[in-house]
Amino acid sequence: MSDLKALYQEVILDHNRNPRNYRKMENPDRFLEGYNPLCGDRYTVYIKMKGEVIEDISFQGSGCAISKASASVMGSLLKGKTRAEAEVIFDQFHRLVRGESKADAEELGKLAAFSGVSEFPARVKCAILAWHTMKNVLEDKAESVSTE
Amino acid sequence: MMTAEKTRKTKSSAAFDVEGIRRDFPILSIRVHGKPLVYLDNAATTQKPLAVLDAIDRYYREENANVHRGVHALSELATKKYEDSRETVRAFINAASSKEIIFTRGATDSINLVAATFGRKYLKPGDEVVITGLEHHSNIVPWQLICEEKQAKLRVAPINSSGEVELAEFEELLSEKVKIAAISHISNALGTVNPIRRMIEAAHRFGIPVLIDGAQGVPHLNVDVLALDADFYAFSSHKIFGPTGLGVLYGKERLLDALPPYQGGGDMIRSVTFEKTIFNDLPYKFEAGTPHIEGAIGLGTALEYLHTFDWEAVVRHEHALIRSAADRLSEIEGVRIIGTAKEKAGVVSFVIDGIHPHDIGTILDQEGIAIRTGHHCAQPVMDRFGIPATARASFAFYNTVDEVDVLVQGIQKVKKVFGYV
Repeated sequence: MSDLKALYQEVILDHNRNPRNYRKMENPDRFLEGYNPLCGDRYTVYIKMKGEVIEDISFQGSGCAISKASASVMGSLLKGKTRAEAEVIFDQFHRLVRGESKADAEELGKLAAFSGVSEFPARVKCAILAWHTMKNVLEDKAESVSTE
Repeated sequence: MMTAEKTRKTKSSAAFDVEGIRRDFPILSIRVHGKPLVYLDNAATTQKPLAVLDAIDRYYREENANVHRGVHALSELATKKYEDSRETVRAFINAASSKEIIFTRGATDSINLVAATFGRKYLKPGDEVVITGLEHHSNIVPWQLICEEKQAKLRVAPINSSGEVELAEFEELLSEKVKIAAISHISNALGTVNPIRRMIEAAHRFGIPVLIDGAQGVPHLNVDVLALDADFYAFSSHKIFGPTGLGVLYGKERLLDALPPYQGGGDMIRSVTFEKTIFNDLPYKFEAGTPHIEGAIGLGTALEYLHTFDWEAVVRHEHALIRSAADRLSEIEGVRIIGTAKEKAGVVSFVIDGIHPHDIGTILDQEGIAIRTGHHCAQPVMDRFGIPATARASFAFYNTVDEVDVLVQGIQKVKKVFGYV
């Protein structure tokens, strides 16, 4: 597989064209904006919690295919997970896009589509924008996220 | 000495030998990701000809010393070469005197110099500074900072949907309250060429001095600061085939003379005691500290190299390139050119439906094509068009029609990767 095909895998193109959970949430518990000033990617991540469980998660905004697909896949993966589980997945994703992951495809599941990102250092911050925003939402940090 | 102005106008219009020019730029023959480099990011920075590389190399091998103080042979040589470059710059933009040529760190530094010193001396609460909606952040933020400090007001002449400044609205902003206007010669984001001669004339009717941000102007146009009657003209060496880290500020002598110094240090003083410092004459008053000597020598060499070409042929060639790129890109389904001013130079900015510019940039890079994607440090321009970013192909005289072909094929590849073809 060429580097380019590894980056723009079908899963990514699909989530870019048809992002899941792409909506403004009515009455979220928390929401936060993430912004990458370098390329102008800008997303708001909304979360509704039920105890320790992420009952609902959605996002809205604009950006490149990598950032949008990443936000979309993140939502599908995290809905119904606990805060602790979400943080484990965050770490797994973070290591993957930085090329530090030793997990196999089965372990990674849907995240595997992002394995090509590590070959494109300039695009790592696109992939992690929504994830960092989500993490700050979970940790109830007030400041918006910037990944330049 | 023959001036650049004359040289650039009287050169015979021999056939434009782009392949010969390309051989002068070693980097243009490298490969990127296994493909021949197609360098279309010239508005960000230009590549350097061998003459410039050799001049810098020679400087450090055979000529290096500090300038303006040594009595030894090397210092005299370095000083002469540094000052010769100042004269070359003077001739290139047709300034009246080399005292009016200040070496700075870049166009940004040049603009900051004027904003800080002019602002400190002349701006009062309620005064106004006029800029346009086309400006690069470097011609917005320095004015915002000084306006805030002095409680002055920054007024912005809007642009229309073609990316041209609304001249009537610009002229309406001019009044006795306006102390200075700052206008780009060419927009870095869209390539619009502003009618600066007319704008300067309009400002001068109110006695308003005008600073021209010429970062994109000098590489593409025959700039004559006297004919333009520009009060200040700022540009960067690295965008006109010289080294990074060096810029030029041209200013009319009487205006520069009246300004307070920008930074304090060595070279900008005549005498110092703890009670009082007497500042040096122009241009040294504004050149504190050891200057970027090899940068100035490199820029001088780059401008001398440019003298060897028929400027009209260069302009014609570049114009044909951007015309061809704009025409061919807009024939591709889903591609939209951003910035369709009647007068354009150097730049073709575009977007593709459903594909973010950053993805375009990554895919083109894999084809060896270097373009810039993003807001181009001109966020207000992006806001005006309601887009977060564009893809920008920007040209220099060493680019070819074949490279436009490669760009067009690259865009087809982008659409293919995204499943649009």
